[in-house]
Amino acid sequence: MSDSASPSGNATRDAKRVGGWTGAARRYAVRTLPPEKLLPDTQPAYMASWIYVFGVLTVSSLIVAVATGCVLALEGPGWWHASSVGKYVNSLHLWSVELFMFFMVIHLWGKFFMAAWRGRRAMTWMTGAVCFLASVGTAFTGYLVQQNFDSQWISGQAKDGLNAVGIGAWFNVLDFGQMLMWHIVLLPLVLGLLTAWHVLLVRRRGIVPPIDALAPEPDEQSAATAVQP
Amino acid sequence: MSRRTRRAAEPDPAAFPTRPYDLLKEFTIALVAVAVLTAGLAALFSSPDEQPITLATWSAATPNDFTATAVTELGGTSTTAQYGPPYNHTPGAGQKIGPVGLQRAAGVRIPVDTAEDFVLRPLRQAPEPAEVSAALTAWTAAPADRQQAWTSAYSDALGKAPDGDPAKVEPGDYGPVPVLTSRLLALAQAGALDGQLLAQGRFYQTDYTRPMLFLNDGTYLADQARAQHLAGDQWGMMNETGNYPGQAWLWLYTFWYQIDPFKTSKNADALIWALMAVLSLAFVLVPFIPGVRSIPRWTKVYRLIWRQHYRGQR
Ligand code: HEM
Repeated sequence: MSDSASPSGNATRDAKRVGGWTGAARRYAVRTLPPEKLLPDTQPAYMASWIYVFGVLTVSSLIVAVATGCVLALEGPGWWHASSVGKYVNSLHLWSVELFMFFMVIHLWGKFFMAAWRGRRAMTWMTGAVCFLASVGTAFTGYLVQQNFDSQWISGQAKDGLNAVGIGAWFNVLDFGQMLMWHIVLLPLVLGLLTAWHVLLVRRRGIVPPIDALAPEPDEQSAATAVQP
Repeated sequence: MSRRTRRAAEPDPAAFPTRPYDLLKEFTIALVAVAVLTAGLAALFSSPDEQPITLATWSAATPNDFTATAVTELGGTSTTAQYGPPYNHTPGAGQKIGPVGLQRAAGVRIPVDTAEDFVLRPLRQAPEPAEVSAALTAWTAAPADRQQAWTSAYSDALGKAPDGDPAKVEPGDYGPVPVLTSRLLALAQAGALDGQLLAQGRFYQTDYTRPMLFLNDGTYLADQARAQHLAGDQWGMMNETGNYPGQAWLWLYTFWYQIDPFKTSKNADALIWALMAVLSLAFVLVPFIPGVRSIPRWTKVYRLIWRQHYRGQR
């Protein structure tokens, strides 16, 4: 039973309220990220630089790292020490991470020198910076769960830093099980959510205009657009 | 350009002329490119996998180092025994940041009694020859200062013996210590100690704290690491076994360990962690830090990045 027709007079206000929490959430989502912003097929002309490729390359290498990590997870932590296929998958995982960190650092310096936090984009920078810190933590726990000499040495050294500030009492780098959980569950989850937030923020705000750029007047703009190839 | 326009809010990107851009196509091409590049690098360079060191391989390779370490575990003078929190209550142990001692504040949450956990319990749990039973009884019956006197005398004697070889130690009053440590060496060489330190009375186990701490107290592990250029003063944090890239992104963290005052401070770990925490926070807050946030404007690298745009403006 529904009474869709509301008494006249309050029609506009009621239309705004329709759908309860769900309706409100949908209206918020569409308002902040309309489809044209989420999946644009044009970009401002000033986006003519190679530096913009590094954000996409960072996302891509993160996806390859997660995917290869999932393949390692299929057979469990011991697999790659005994199987040549496993060893290759482990190598894929290592090199995708090296690429990920490399692309991310170039992306980071690029955004720094563009002062890309201007115009209400501070949160984009901050989520990116926390992504970097979370990636360092994820990579670190990855080194700890290799179950080889390197893990032994790194954990033996790293425990002193963590213990010195009290973190080691809870976050025990000598506990393989705990580190494996952080590496394959908690940190990837955090990094994934942060990355999604970061990228959605970029879509929402649009890419930052060049420093001191002046938006063309509307008539100028139509002239400029007409000139575009 | 007047100062006022420069101070104005950033213009809306939507107000600028546009160019066609296929987001999903670019993403797909990037993903394929990265996957291919990764496959190539992995095929060319593989990945490192040095065998871990076990108590068995350590005690077989350098039995004298193992014995010397076992004596310090028994006597309570090893690094772990003197560590303080989170492993034990050693008075005065624990690093500080100025007056703040977070290490002590966290408390002893992973209790380790090196004599009991690393030496005495494993000996008791293994089938004991009569000689070892007697030695254990003698040890337990002796007062603490007597035990200390035995272990420190034996440590000194081992230090003076050629190669630290227990067989060449001068005779002296070492009580039951030599019997205990030589039995522990036999257990370790047989591989029994690895299992005992890990199992701790359970079946399933993922926590390697005890065998790792024991290994870390000897010099064998560190010698192997040094040979692989992994030591702290070799910028080891950024290195990997073999010629592989390590965690190069830790360059700033490991940098502080190379210089004074950290290099010589006994609070180095805590101080460097505090410093890195402050720097990390600053990194996150760059957009709000006067001076730092203006560096892009001064350096003018942005003119290179957006050179097409600025060329069009002229
Ligand atoms: C998981 C790691 C990261 C991923 C996957 C990622 C991804 C992206 C992508 C796809 C874009 C849009 C394309 C582009 O402008 O390049 C972007 C923009 C941006 N990124 Fe990141 N990023 C990451 C880390 C970082 C870091 C470490 C920073 C800096 C601390 C950062 C700061 C920014 C900023 C400020 C923008 C906005 C640029 C604009 O408005 O033009 N990102 N990021």
